[in-house]
Amino acid sequence: MSAGSSQLKRDFAGWLWVSPWVIGFLAFLFGPMLVSLYYSFTDYPLLEPPIWTGLDNYRRMLSDETFRAVLWRTAQFAIIFIPLATVISLAIAGLLNGKVRAGGFFQAAVFIPTLVPMAGSAMIWLWMLNGEYGLINMSINRTFGWTGISAPNWLSDSKWAMPSIIMISLWSVGQMVIVYLAALKEVPDEMLEAAALDGMGPIRRFLSVVLPLISPVILFNVVTLMIGALQIFAIPYILSAATPGGDPRAMYFYTMYMYDNGFRYGQMGYASAQAWVQLLITLGLTAMLFIASKRLVHYRA
Amino acid sequence: MIRGERGILSRVVVYTTLILITIAFLMPLVWMIATSFKTQSEASRATFSLLPDDPTQIFKNAKDNYTAVWNDPVVRFPVYLRNTLIIAGLSVVGMTLSSAIVAYGFARLEWRGKKALFALVLATMMIPFPVVMGPMFLLFSWIGWIGSLKPLWVPAFFAGAFNVFMLRQFFMGIPKDLDEAARIDGCGNWGIFWRIILPLSKPALAVVALFHFVFVWNDFLAPLIFLRNQDQFTLALGLQLYQSKAGQTPWNHLMAASTLVIAPVLVLFLLTQGALVKSVATTGIKG
Repeated sequence: MSAGSSQLKRDFAGWLWVSPWVIGFLAFLFGPMLVSLYYSFTDYPLLEPPIWTGLDNYRRMLSDETFRAVLWRTAQFAIIFIPLATVISLAIAGLLNGKVRAGGFFQAAVFIPTLVPMAGSAMIWLWMLNGEYGLINMSINRTFGWTGISAPNWLSDSKWAMPSIIMISLWSVGQMVIVYLAALKEVPDEMLEAAALDGMGPIRRFLSVVLPLISPVILFNVVTLMIGALQIFAIPYILSAATPGGDPRAMYFYTMYMYDNGFRYGQMGYASAQAWVQLLITLGLTAMLFIASKRLVHYRA
Repeated sequence: MIRGERGILSRVVVYTTLILITIAFLMPLVWMIATSFKTQSEASRATFSLLPDDPTQIFKNAKDNYTAVWNDPVVRFPVYLRNTLIIAGLSVVGMTLSSAIVAYGFARLEWRGKKALFALVLATMMIPFPVVMGPMFLLFSWIGWIGSLKPLWVPAFFAGAFNVFMLRQFFMGIPKDLDEAARIDGCGNWGIFWRIILPLSKPALAVVALFHFVFVWNDFLAPLIFLRNQDQFTLALGLQLYQSKAGQTPWNHLMAASTLVIAPVLVLFLLTQGALVKSVATTGIKG
């Protein structure tokens, strides 16, 4: 009896200590998720109560050209951005991993842009990519002007809008550089030396010794990048509003369309259905990455 | 491993690459600040010069541009700064304290359901904010919080998954003998938490506070949804409003405004001497 009641006491204490998170989870995450699941089966113009319409919202997505376009554009962004960001940040980390003087300075230099608020980074790049006086186009035109090549109007040219967004996103890979650098530092020197004695060149050493050892970190970073890439919002939202001459669709991404449906077009039901599709895609891709990497990722004991 | 002439050559290549990378990463910020020190006609002209034509004018230009931004009659940066500081201050206190309490429950107490609940905490990190933004807006307007800053700081008092995870790791590294000694002295959980765990965890708590401050300062989507009138805007929203207000905002003024919004986080980074870099290195590796 006393053993049982002390167990209950301990359970009560435990749940009491974690109760802030539990309450927050129910109020600000789980509750809203259930509510949005319900809305996703309704027509809800916000000013009137929701009306049950079954699977209509989900069916509508299949024939909605804008939906398909934003989904494809977001996928394109993720497919190009994630490998590029991974290779670039690994390469910079690799450079910094050698015996580099002032390593702290170089680390700070790549890390600082990750602290810049997205609204600020949108403004900076609006200026850098300006067609006439932007630093990038001035440099391109000054260097290649004699060949007759002229720099594009990045943001207002629908062909160059996506590369611009990718370039701006790559500006903040610094966090991953730091994480990869820490992972590379954990690779034991003896293993690299043994591999060198076996006659492996630097590329083979990287591929068959280093890469397997840091693969859990790569998986973690890729999953984080993927979850973020599917939600991309602030940079294209600000830049497309700031580029009146451009094609507004060139920088129109999934979350932007969802935001417009929910908060501008008064279609909370449709927006909620899109939210759930986004959630399912995110969870599905995360699960796929974990399963696909089972064979590739090596966890050390 | 590699010695001799090849070593020197490869060092030259490594340092040249690193310097080019540094320029690529820092040039946008340098160009932003340089533009904010120019006159309007100097800013909108094809020139690579970092300085104004007459370098002695740099202080006068800076004063003109920054006061023009600060005193703009429509886009009121002083108000946005105050709002951002209120939200950031309250959120940072709430997030740090509540995450520490929850982390204590996971790190130090034994209770049924702990493992499953902790797995749930980790799983929630995958849920995208856009999924819940609609119902959250409706919830907040239903309880009358839209029109106030509450939607942006009250939820911070209910702990954040990543911060709970980080603090739990840190707390688990503190020897349990200290708890036992305190218990013998008559301390309960709260006493142990307040007098032993928290004082020993100052570095970890500082990192959580710092990260959350940067997060709040940067956040764009949540303020965009929850703040409906301009008197409540944060700096991030204010910056966008400043850019989009009627008529062409001159580049030197827009860059001065951007510098004002970005500078506080950069100063914080320099003051904390790379504590952020170090903590990113240690947390990332546990994935």
